[in-house]
Amino acid sequence: MTVKKLPLAKAINESLRTALDADPKVVVMGEDVGKLGGVFRVTDGLQKDFGENRVIDTPLAESGIVGTAIGLALRGYRPVVEIQFDGFVFPAYDQIVTQLAKMHARALGKIKVPVVIRIPYGGGIGAVEHHSESPEALFAHVAGLKVVSPSNSSDAYWMLQQAIQSDDPVIFFEPKRRYWDKGEVNTDAIPGPLHTARTVREGTDATLVAYGPMVKTCLEAAAAAADEGRSLEVLDLRSVSPIDFDSVQASVERTGRLIVVHEAPVFFGSGAEIAARITERCFYHLEAPVLRVGGFHSPYPPARVEEDYLPGLDRVLDAVDRSLAY
Amino acid sequence: MTVESTAARTPRSAGSGSKRAAKTVSAKKDSAPGRGTPRGKSTARGKGGAAGSGEPELVQLLTPEGVRVENAAYDSYVADLTPDDLRALYRDMVITRRFDAEAVTLQRQGELGLWPSLLGQEAAQVGSGRATRESDHVFPTYREHGVAWCKGVDPTLLLGMFRGVNNGGWDPNTNGFQLYTIVIGSQTLHATGYAMGVAYDGADSAVVAYLGDGATSQGDVAEAFTFSAVYNAPVVFFCQNNQWAISEPTEKQSRVPLYQRAQGYGFPGVRVDGNDVLACLAVTKWALERARAGEGPALIEAFTYRMGAHTTSDDPTRYRRDEEREAWEAKDPIKRLRAFLESEGHADEGFFAELEAESETLGKRVRDVVRTMPDPDAMSIFENVYADGHALVDEERAEFAAYEASFADEPVNAATGGEAK
Repeated sequence: MTVKKLPLAKAINESLRTALDADPKVVVMGEDVGKLGGVFRVTDGLQKDFGENRVIDTPLAESGIVGTAIGLALRGYRPVVEIQFDGFVFPAYDQIVTQLAKMHARALGKIKVPVVIRIPYGGGIGAVEHHSESPEALFAHVAGLKVVSPSNSSDAYWMLQQAIQSDDPVIFFEPKRRYWDKGEVNTDAIPGPLHTARTVREGTDATLVAYGPMVKTCLEAAAAAADEGRSLEVLDLRSVSPIDFDSVQASVERTGRLIVVHEAPVFFGSGAEIAARITERCFYHLEAPVLRVGGFHSPYPPARVEEDYLPGLDRVLDAVDRSLAY
Repeated sequence: MTVESTAARTPRSAGSGSKRAAKTVSAKKDSAPGRGTPRGKSTARGKGGAAGSGEPELVQLLTPEGVRVENAAYDSYVADLTPDDLRALYRDMVITRRFDAEAVTLQRQGELGLWPSLLGQEAAQVGSGRATRESDHVFPTYREHGVAWCKGVDPTLLLGMFRGVNNGGWDPNTNGFQLYTIVIGSQTLHATGYAMGVAYDGADSAVVAYLGDGATSQGDVAEAFTFSAVYNAPVVFFCQNNQWAISEPTEKQSRVPLYQRAQGYGFPGVRVDGNDVLACLAVTKWALERARAGEGPALIEAFTYRMGAHTTSDDPTRYRRDEEREAWEAKDPIKRLRAFLESEGHADEGFFAELEAESETLGKRVRDVVRTMPDPDAMSIFENVYADGHALVDEERAEFAAYEASFADEPVNAATGGEAK
């Protein structure tokens, strides 16, 4: 058994290395992913070991990156694309939505387009505009795409392996502010299915559902709540499309209360979908309306006020208070 | 005319130092006629650069009257054509036009929802299509019916998406002919990526990306030009400039002749008479050969005319004059090859009569196939959304099947269809 303690970014690097090693059809492409190793060094050292044709520095054109990745996939390759920052994905949005997502259906299943698009997302790193956004709902809304987001090093390693092996396009959202958080990775483990949620803390009074960067926030909130005598269950959703509603339902049937937490704006966010579905499934188990904690209906704010915009421990616990007050 | 490409090739090899870029300046290319960029009697530089000045010349091997004219740069690409080959090109164009006319009629009869006619563009499509080898891969727009024919796609398969029974009914891997792409220009990037893969594989084949004059305004096309140049990808951009993007003339897309765009990206651009099947064949063969030889992309602007409406939903009388169309009638691609075949004694009345009969047989087959084309089962909505399945699709499929089954008096198709999870 090989267990390493790795920062989340390094776990992704190791995962890419494993994939490049295992399958000659895997190629990594994006802006600055080669010589520089990516602006977050996620692809550090890969071009040196696998060459310029497998770790490809691309022109600065996101639609071009995704569009050519589609062409490579049609040729039998399995491209893993890096979009440098969340807010830079939009030039590629047309290719992703009108082409990548629909080609398998358009061809009546006769072609597959196994493209993985890695996107460092979310705030909390004091960045300038377009570097802190959480656009996952914009992709989850599109049939044909799968959307996942790991919260820890082990999931980052294994979920990326599974995303690359998937024959469907996968948008892989990486919680950039957790890139430096260390965690154990067992590279010999047999991972569970990609699109299932995981209970990361058991509890009885209310359920917190989160994914990506907010899992840690929710665990901190649950620890603080425990000091006040409240028992919160925390679910790491891991996958935003599809969503493992069965696991959420099972938890809510035990606790009777649900709070969904994400950095993305609440309006039309994944929390809205979860609230609607869980209300349908658990109507008679709910002791309170499903509550959501997330970003506001404003552009992502300047760095000096982002702490007020981002859901933190206190805003999560405030929602828990409101839920329990019903 | 052509644009010399040395300005483009030099920085690529000098700057990047990559092996593939270095290959483009091999001595072999310079010594072999037909490699590199053929040049006509004069280059287009300094001519027709700005809108309003004289149009640049174009590569032409067959005049509108059907007279074969010499062209030192491109003659070699059609030198080995036999009378059989010439008759085959004629047949391709006649069959294509007959098929297209049948489709327009079927739309008028309500059998198709829409049809984008290629009338007038037969030479551009057949010439370029016949220049490809079986191993070359084509990325079409939605109007490449003639190219589909050349690549061996059964024409009836093209009609499904316009009848509304599917969004693309053929297997792109069977004939090297990808599905039609409706979003303008998207496929040029797919072609470029595919060509990058061809180069990585070391395969002896090339890719043709079809596009129109309107598409040249799209960012994706600009990015495809950039990527293909930077990676020296074996892709030929075949732009059919049919003068109209629905109602907008080419002047609304560009201030320079379209083929000249290539120069700025670092690869050669050529304007060819798009109604001259021999010229289109020759120029595309040239571009494909250099692409296969590792010399990178090329842009071909086939100067032609959309004789019909943009689609059957369009009304060109609102934006263009009949006189313009009439002027292009005189340049008809089929008439001019027929004139050449007849003057050379390559075809007799028997050939033309036989072809007429064959066209009518195809027309009847198309009619019969379309009229009996079954509607898809409602449950097919849930099929092929994902390759590996998706829990939500499964859930919605089951819900919809239950809903359908709730109409007790109306038996529904069994809810058995569905993708494996």
